[in-house]
Amino acid sequence: MANRQYEVVFIADPVADEGEVQRLTDNFKQLVTDQGGVINKAETMGKRQLAYEILHKTEGTFVLMEIEGSGREIAELERRMRVNDRVLRYITVRVDEDRRRAEKFKTRRTAKAARKNRAAGAAAPAKVADFASDEEA
Amino acid sequence: MSTNYEERGRGYNSDEDLDRGRGMQGGRAGGRRMHRRRICRFCIEKVDLIDFKDVRLLQNYIPERGKILPRRISGNCATHQRMLAEAIKRARNIALLPYTTD
Repeated sequence: MANRQYEVVFIADPVADEGEVQRLTDNFKQLVTDQGGVINKAETMGKRQLAYEILHKTEGTFVLMEIEGSGREIAELERRMRVNDRVLRYITVRVDEDRRRAEKFKTRRTAKAARKNRAAGAAAPAKVADFASDEEA
Repeated sequence: MSTNYEERGRGYNSDEDLDRGRGMQGGRAGGRRMHRRRICRFCIEKVDLIDFKDVRLLQNYIPERGKILPRRISGNCATHQRMLAEAIKRARNIALLPYTTD
């Protein structure tokens, strides 16, 4: 089975400073690689205002991770995040299927454009030829 | 369900003027029938994927109340509206967007 791609975003407690968030992220990264997953990206989206209060907190640090794996490491990661007090909230989104779908749309669109171009290209020379013959006549 | 929504819209414009540009008969005799051409912005810009982290984009589709802007007003095509709704719901889950305001 092909590997699955996930995007995991979690909100770290605003009490945690930059170093602590970094440590937390490294921890999670370590966990995922131990379980056989691959980290494609891990970046902090910075501290930002929450749209609503979570545990009486109005802001938090957002961290985005892109993970590739079988799905088992996600289960473990989610379990850890659930238990961790520093994580206010997390969301995991499986992205490979949507990306494949987007890719398909894209190729279909380019194919369509190419077809259209070809049709136009075929029509144009014919027209030129017509004009030429008109002029000759 | 939908009737409920429309009655509310007709009554007082309680929410922001959501029903502006709704292609419905106005109720009053001789009321002008507004018809707006439906244009899906995502189709024009050839968007294949709507990211739930793109708050700036999603914010355009949640009026003051925090609801998802219906298709009959935004003019989105079904495919893109579905993608948009999914993205907004995800963004709500991680507090990038509000479920409700006030």
